[in-house]
Amino acid sequence: MLILTCPCCGVTAEETEFHGGGEAHLKRFGPGATDAEYEGYMFNRKNPRGVHFERWRHAYGCGKWFIAARCTVTLEVFATYPAQTTEPPPEVVERIKARRPEWEGWA
Amino acid sequence: MKRYSVFAIAREAFRQHAGWERAWASPLPRDRYQVVIVGAGGHGLATAYYLGKNFGITNVAVLDKGWLGGGNTGRNTTIIRSNYLQDPSAAIYEKSRALYETLSQDLNYNIMFSPRGVMMLAQTEHEVRGYLRTERANALQGVETRFISPREVKKLVPIIRLEGPRYPVLGALWQPRGGTARHDAVAWGYARACSAMGMDIIQNCAVTGIEAVGGQVTAVNTTQGTIGCDKLGIVVAGHSGALADMAGFRLPVESVALQALVSEPIKPCMDVVVMANTVHGYMSQSDKGEMVIGGGADQYNNYTQRGSWHHIEETVRALVETFPMLSRLKMLRQWGGIVDMTGDRSPIISKTPLDGCFINCGWGTGGFKAIPGSGWAMAELMAKGHAPLAEAFSLTRFREGRFIDESVAAGVAH
Repeated sequence: MLILTCPCCGVTAEETEFHGGGEAHLKRFGPGATDAEYEGYMFNRKNPRGVHFERWRHAYGCGKWFIAARCTVTLEVFATYPAQTTEPPPEVVERIKARRPEWEGWA
Repeated sequence: MKRYSVFAIAREAFRQHAGWERAWASPLPRDRYQVVIVGAGGHGLATAYYLGKNFGITNVAVLDKGWLGGGNTGRNTTIIRSNYLQDPSAAIYEKSRALYETLSQDLNYNIMFSPRGVMMLAQTEHEVRGYLRTERANALQGVETRFISPREVKKLVPIIRLEGPRYPVLGALWQPRGGTARHDAVAWGYARACSAMGMDIIQNCAVTGIEAVGGQVTAVNTTQGTIGCDKLGIVVAGHSGALADMAGFRLPVESVALQALVSEPIKPCMDVVVMANTVHGYMSQSDKGEMVIGGGADQYNNYTQRGSWHHIEETVRALVETFPMLSRLKMLRQWGGIVDMTGDRSPIISKTPLDGCFINCGWGTGGFKAIPGSGWAMAELMAKGHAPLAEAFSLTRFREGRFIDESVAAGVAH
């Protein structure tokens, strides 16, 4: 059972109160993009064994979207932060690097 | 390889069973093979077996980072059925089911295939309409299924409660020729047959990199050294993303944990497989008497091979509503496996952007039933470059919008 803290309302709750929304920080492609770019945006995923950035919604709470940085092997949650950003905040990246020195970065 | 037979049992009985050979050899890897398969689970071993049997390619190595059959092949709920809605799915799953029928004879290894019948309960009007549609699609596809009434359901499954307060049983899609098989034996049988054809099964050999020259695969780096190959087959289910990363491409796949559990063994009480997709649980009784129970997958990517507690609770709650006698049962053990989910819930059997490298993945929560058919199609694809059964399951279908949408068709348990 994951325990997540919603950065929007500050509530810490079990995963059943949240709804997972898949990989975060996807770069959107729309009209004018190549087929390969659009396919990559729509379907292809990093699916890493290790550090993963993913969207969550506090479905049975404040209802807001946020992003969690989490390890898919140990289920350790490094940080959660609001979704109004296109990349992880520097302090989150620092915290992950401290915990996972071998991590190659988020990009 | 000595054949298993009643005479072999009699012979060994007279000499304290001292004459049984090892079922498969454990060689050290050679420098080079014509074909290297990564993943010695059911799908990987079946691919190797049909490469040898159908195409005479026996210069093959099957690598596994752990022990053979130790991944999802040893972690599933052993259900075999082919009642799918879309034509390409029905074709490959029905081929698979048909191969299962004679697999024990083919492999000279008892895989304990038990065509006891698979029943998918319809518990909402929506599901009734959906299954009536599947029944008709199956009739056109040559897959024998029938929509049966609640009375017939009760006759086949006396322990069921038809008039559940929230989700009464309104009927069921019945596939009499579906059933179960002994999952470990499927891997062991294929491994023994592959070894007998001269193929090398190399366990405890994790792949750490893939080498390519000019866009053509040339070798794999492993914990037991570099192994050259002309063709490479990646058949690693939940870890496909990691292997694809080494080969330099991304997959439309996400890995999540799916779990199952078994009860303490009890006397025979249910001799068919029952799936209840609305309330989210499925169950059969093993030959040992345990009730084998499966349910939902985790909602987030993970590689923990554990599963979440609340899914057990949901699954068991749903099954207790449908089978009240289960409420007195103790659960014996629980485990999880990492399943590779695609967006349309259909598998990928395909060439890849890297020449000579083929991938077979995306079976999601329903790969066991597909092992022989998947191996059959993958072997043909690797040997000839194209395979009728695999054509619709290519990686390019996502770009081209040719989804084989079983996520809507099959509900959730799949």
